[in-house]
Amino acid sequence: MDWFINADTTVHKFALMFFAIFLFVVVMGLILFAVDRPKRIPTWVVALGFLAPTILGLTFGLVYPGLRTIRDSFYDRLGASFVGLDNYVAAFTEEQFQIVLRNTVIWVITVPIMATIIGLVYAVLVDRTRAEYLAKTLIFLPMAISMVGASIIWKFVYEYKPDQPGVNQTGLLNQLLVWVGIPPQQFLLNAPANTFFLIVVMIWIQAGFAMTVLSAAIKAIPDDIVEAARLDGLHGVGMFRFITVPSIRPALIVVVTTIAMGTLKVFDIVRTMTGGNFGTSVVANEFYNQSFTIRNQGLGAALAVILFVLVIPLVVYNVRQLRLSEEIR
Amino acid sequence: MTIPTGKLVDVPPEDSVGVGNRRLTRVEKRAIAAKGKLSSPWASGIAILIAILWTVPTFGLFITSFRPQSEIQSSGWWTILANPGLTLDNYEEVLFGSSTNFATYFVNSIVVTLPAVVIPISLALLAAYAFAWIDFKGRNILFVAVFALQVIPIQVTLIPLLTSYVQWGLSGSFWTIWLSHSIFALPLAIFLLHNFMKEIPASLVEAARVDGAGHVKIFFRVLLPLLAPAIASFAIFQFLWVWNDLLVALTFAGGSTNVAPLTVRIAELSGTRGSSWYLLSAGAFISIIVPLVVFLALQRYFVRGLLAGSVKG
Repeated sequence: MDWFINADTTVHKFALMFFAIFLFVVVMGLILFAVDRPKRIPTWVVALGFLAPTILGLTFGLVYPGLRTIRDSFYDRLGASFVGLDNYVAAFTEEQFQIVLRNTVIWVITVPIMATIIGLVYAVLVDRTRAEYLAKTLIFLPMAISMVGASIIWKFVYEYKPDQPGVNQTGLLNQLLVWVGIPPQQFLLNAPANTFFLIVVMIWIQAGFAMTVLSAAIKAIPDDIVEAARLDGLHGVGMFRFITVPSIRPALIVVVTTIAMGTLKVFDIVRTMTGGNFGTSVVANEFYNQSFTIRNQGLGAALAVILFVLVIPLVVYNVRQLRLSEEIR
Repeated sequence: MTIPTGKLVDVPPEDSVGVGNRRLTRVEKRAIAAKGKLSSPWASGIAILIAILWTVPTFGLFITSFRPQSEIQSSGWWTILANPGLTLDNYEEVLFGSSTNFATYFVNSIVVTLPAVVIPISLALLAAYAFAWIDFKGRNILFVAVFALQVIPIQVTLIPLLTSYVQWGLSGSFWTIWLSHSIFALPLAIFLLHNFMKEIPASLVEAARVDGAGHVKIFFRVLLPLLAPAIASFAIFQFLWVWNDLLVALTFAGGSTNVAPLTVRIAELSGTRGSSWYLLSAGAFISIIVPLVVFLALQRYFVRGLLAGSVKG
């Protein structure tokens, strides 16, 4: 049995990986083979063959853990005795958690708005220009980079060296400050501004997503509308304000809500850049902290549930918007 | 990474100019557009400024990763022309040095990622087929239920899952990460692939059925080949998501040398040796390079998948 659990050499790891894929293929093959008798087997058995692994997985991995966590959020730090709403009261009233909630609100408001504005402006500016493809790829690239990688990239931009003669700044931002005659700053240490320097990283990642979706929406605006507006004398900013933005409103809303959902759960950036210290923690990071470092299971569960509850209205709004835009079409 | 939720739409290929029935050529359109818009130097200026802001940070770290350790500490990367000298030492140190050992974590990342991409896509394809083309009782309710599961943030599931894995004696193994990633991907994968499946003309499926093909045969012979582009776009998504993930790996693999992927190691290094930039810069690029290559090679599919998950205006 041990061979299947602990792999410690490269060869062993790859062997285990191929074994896992092979096992999966064999099991699925057997199931499909069993239901592949067109005439004799009732349809629901066939459907079960196609769906059973998925339903089992979702029940075990999403439904049960979700319910279990909701239960745990009403129990104490060990999950042993019922404490009612104590965990939620703590999460909303204690000062350290209020900072966490405040930061999360700042993130969820700032990131979607800024990323969407930058993405939209850029999409309009490069639309139908010569270097459009290259220009879009440049903005889009951060999407391929992990949030951990992006955090390292930006941590280096914010790098601080003490302001002494003979010491050169190695972080670009501080060097820029020095060049214009301002003393270098500890960007990641000084609250509350440090939260905004973390937020920059998320905007940097998400603007590419906004740009791509909005660019496709802009290209889908019918040409006759644009032509008519142009004949009426609309140009530049006027065209942007009265034709472009109203035409792509549904796409704008979807972009904002999708980015907001991603931002609500942001964890990697905070964890990599400050570890949640210096007053930069957010709900998803504090959840990890409480659950796995401090090991206060009840409070961790309560924070996860808070996250869950905050996501729901965004998803509902997103889905409703999609429905509406479909009906219009 | 952003998880898209939503509905499939028809999307023009990335490099074509718009949709609809038009007679104008690209060049003519450019001429028209150029007249109205980009004539202002302000507009070009802003666009170039954004492009610079979005590239310089990555470029700076990239240059840094090739500079000697002493140079990195004493001068900024923008002085590279004044202090020339490039080296691969940082990469060698971070890959094979006993304190960093990124080569091992690189292998872990690959071993973690492949099954976590293959398994959920296969499962989702089967499920999506059942929802799209098999008539059974309760189909719609079940589909809506699966769709609704997208709402659950993975944070909510982590502790109970970890407890189950410990009980089963699986904790700290690859199985936990494979299973978790596969399950977390399912709702979105099923939803997107279902939309693609629905777009295939019913007459094709009917024709195969009349010829006596069962569901399994229709699935493999008729639908799979037609779905190749859709599968590719979701596969890239899932690949980037798993390769770049930190939370799931951190929870289930911890810091274990045998299982933890690159992201976990770099995040750890950033905490413990936050000023060792010769290690961090090279390490970051080792983790970035694979998704970057995949992304650039398959950008067309990626954009398609992204737009499928979102909406057209």
